[in-house]
Amino acid sequence: MTQVAHDTQVTHDDHAVDDHGPHVVHETTTGISNVKLAMWGFLASDCLLFGGLITVYFLYRAKPQVGIVPKDIYDIPFTSITSFILLMSSLTMVLALSAINRGEVRNMRIWLIATSLLGSVFVGAQIYEFTSFIREGVTLKSNFASSAFFVLTGFHGVHVFVGIVILLSVVVMSKRPGFGVAKAENVEVAGLYWHFVDVVWILLFVLVYLLPAPSAGL
Amino acid sequence: MSIITANRSYGAADESRPLNPSIPGAIRRPWRINSFLSWVTTVDHKKIGIMYGVTAFMWFLIGGAEALLIRAQLARPNGQVLNANLYNQIFTMHGTTMVFMVVMPLSSAFFNYFTPLMVGARDVAFPRLNALSYWAFLAGGLLLYSSVFLGGAPSGGWFMYAPNSSVTYNPGNGIDFWIWGLLIMGVASTIGSLNLIVTILNMRAPGMTLFKMPVFIWMTLVTSLLTLFAVPVITVAFVLLMFDRTFGSHFFDPAFGGDPVLWQHLFWLFGHPEVYILVLPAMGIISEILPVFARKPLFGYKFIVLSGAAIGFLGWGVWAHHMFATGIGPLSVSAFSITTMTIAVPTGVKIFNWLATLWQGSIRLRVPMLYAISFIAMFTIGGLSGVTHSVAADDRQQTDTYYVVAHFHYVVFGGIMFGLVGGLYYWWPKIFGYVLNEKLGKIQFCLWFLGFNLTFAPMHLLGLQGMPRRYYTYPEGMGWEFWNSVATTGAFTLGTAALMFGYVVFRSRRQALAKANIVVNFPYFKVALLALLPTLVFAGLQLWHVAAFTFMVAGVIWLFLLFEGLGAPGLTADDDPWDGRTLEWTISSPPPAENFTHTPTVSHLDEFWHRKYAEDEEGRLVLLPESERVDYNVGPAEHIHLPSPSLNPFLLAFSMPVLGLGMVYARTTNVGFAVAGVGVLLILASIYSWILEPAVDPTPGLGDTEGGMAEELVLAHAAAATQSALSTGASAGALTTGSGDNDQSGDQQ
Repeated sequence: MTQVAHDTQVTHDDHAVDDHGPHVVHETTTGISNVKLAMWGFLASDCLLFGGLITVYFLYRAKPQVGIVPKDIYDIPFTSITSFILLMSSLTMVLALSAINRGEVRNMRIWLIATSLLGSVFVGAQIYEFTSFIREGVTLKSNFASSAFFVLTGFHGVHVFVGIVILLSVVVMSKRPGFGVAKAENVEVAGLYWHFVDVVWILLFVLVYLLPAPSAGL
Repeated sequence: MSIITANRSYGAADESRPLNPSIPGAIRRPWRINSFLSWVTTVDHKKIGIMYGVTAFMWFLIGGAEALLIRAQLARPNGQVLNANLYNQIFTMHGTTMVFMVVMPLSSAFFNYFTPLMVGARDVAFPRLNALSYWAFLAGGLLLYSSVFLGGAPSGGWFMYAPNSSVTYNPGNGIDFWIWGLLIMGVASTIGSLNLIVTILNMRAPGMTLFKMPVFIWMTLVTSLLTLFAVPVITVAFVLLMFDRTFGSHFFDPAFGGDPVLWQHLFWLFGHPEVYILVLPAMGIISEILPVFARKPLFGYKFIVLSGAAIGFLGWGVWAHHMFATGIGPLSVSAFSITTMTIAVPTGVKIFNWLATLWQGSIRLRVPMLYAISFIAMFTIGGLSGVTHSVAADDRQQTDTYYVVAHFHYVVFGGIMFGLVGGLYYWWPKIFGYVLNEKLGKIQFCLWFLGFNLTFAPMHLLGLQGMPRRYYTYPEGMGWEFWNSVATTGAFTLGTAALMFGYVVFRSRRQALAKANIVVNFPYFKVALLALLPTLVFAGLQLWHVAAFTFMVAGVIWLFLLFEGLGAPGLTADDDPWDGRTLEWTISSPPPAENFTHTPTVSHLDEFWHRKYAEDEEGRLVLLPESERVDYNVGPAEHIHLPSPSLNPFLLAFSMPVLGLGMVYARTTNVGFAVAGVGVLLILASIYSWILEPAVDPTPGLGDTEGGMAEELVLAHAAAATQSALSTGASAGALTTGSGDNDQSGDQQ
């Protein structure tokens, strides 16, 4: 008669040490911490949100439109500069993470605030862009190309705004006692979100602003 | 070594916590509150599972009542029970309720309760987010249903096809309530599925590799992934529709060149994976029930798992078979016909594996098994009529007829609801500490089975005879009278069976209490009736809207009565009443607050079975005597850190409908924007209150601060990001339309 259960207890004793530790890689965890895995999952889900909106935008800009469309009044140099500013915020985000990994909480704060400032410039520029479009008569209601443009880029702007709120929250939280290298992962996870929002903008800038629209009726 | 004595009494996990007044946090951490309020603050996955299940069943009764109204109206030609408008509202709410508020949360109930138990974990990865997903589901549902007394329910069907959903054709607020209710429920589903995915991927007991997980856990994983990726697609559709209705954009407005078919694409790109979100959990449940009651291992475990994953994958490529009649072109039609036929293959693989599991098993026909076997039969019928729809020419003949209604009810009711109710009978003793009465259960099953087939089988014939769906009445002389009256008789039989389930629970609980000599002092029934009193009074005064409101309040009171009253402290069943195979049967019924005193070590698929049985030289099963089994649950408990109760998930969840309500009225009045702004502020306030509160109470001996503070900081934000994104997005919408309001109003006239 076999003593299956006894055998297994011996074989697996070494696993019984720690089943929740994020840094212990064994066959029953991914080795990625819970929070980080959840953030990756959330971002994956968000990809489909933007995927849906981009699809809608592409479907609609190919159709013949009534009136002025956003395409006619893009200010490419201006948007290029704000895009560059947003991309630079990814660099400062990396520097913030690198600072906290070395235990330099003060430097981390400086870089996080720099990141949020760059993000705020981007959001401010987008608000300026929207208002100038509206002044030229391109509103959400003008035609479906403008509807799709405002909703798609507006959604991204809101994501940047939420990112700024997250970063500033981390800055405030870092004032509490006990914040240090041990909390570096929270900064990293916030950074994941921030980088994702930046990557989405690279995509949007190319697809929405730079790519020439196909001729009507395609 | 910190030890919590396993508190085995029902629902008492949170109550005996002392408070450390020095802990930080914006609001006082609740403690020693009485048992009803403890449900508001619980973060225990088991209690949240019960709450999901009870709430879903409550909405099942409401959705069922709506179905009975539909059937009463259609029982005879020229029915007078409902007028056309009410009929539209009723079938819209019936579909929406059953899909989003019954089947999905009832599956979530099983996910929540059993995922940690079956993978050998003490809770889910993010207990507070788990509570948030329940409360957001309830809050979204209540917001949706409040449309009933705030100007009328939505009336565009659960699919809400454009352009019928536009302000032009649907000027009431119903559809706005629908959008915001479902958006909030979408946040709930997203958070819930993230939580389950992380729990399954990261928190399995030592030794439980992916292919040693029970099939139910596999199906939980696949379903959660589907939910995670399908919900954002429908969110896009909701948001676009919201912009169309509230801010006057033109996404689905053909007058401005918008494309109504786009709505159908977005809706069904979500909608078809949704079908698998609904069915895979039930498939997982019967894959647990069949081996236990056939006393054989599941046949072809890996095939069942992989075909489940294949269904989850292929489910993304079939959505346009809902749209064969919209003129999407012969190439698309052919492509989607083929993919639709393909998906029958993994489904067929599963069915044959289940049959092979039964083959030569020593079958015990207990109630859960009856439900599981019926699942196979009924689901096969529904699946076969589904394959007929993949033949596009045939499908065009049946589009919008009762044949389609028959098909999807054989899948959703005959399949899914049979599987889920089977799961209730199967796991009831583990959850509430008493086995449901076998004899009454069998009668209930027979009524359910009979009622179901009487209702929906005739609809195949009605559909083939050309009876259209969604029409509120039909004239005499179409030849539909007989089968319609049969279907209505069946529907009321089914309604009786659903009520009888409540009676089965009531009787079984009473018998168990008498047997264990437990006296329950709380007057549950009196309070329940009292809660209904205002509704009866206002209904008597014919103040229907007030009555609907008080009925909703009564419903919420009933929820809490059921949370608390379905079990009773001290009521315990056998640990392993069915001779089960999986880890949840190794612990007491109901399980202790910490689930496993010792984290189990797993070496086999069907671990518990292998602990109980060995094989002799000829390969026959031999039951190991108790003395030769290894009991892992002896010795002192180690490292038990339970998450502490929190009010913040509840506060955050109920801030969302404030935003929703504001946005509903923002279309017609600017006060709406103010209310929505208050909602956003409430959301932000409750997020920060959440962040400031450590996840685990730092009181010595009960937990520690490790992993507290900012652990969930970013995630809490992310969870709310979707929500805030929507709200701020809406404000951005106001910005972009604000100055255009005047010049555009001229355009529309």
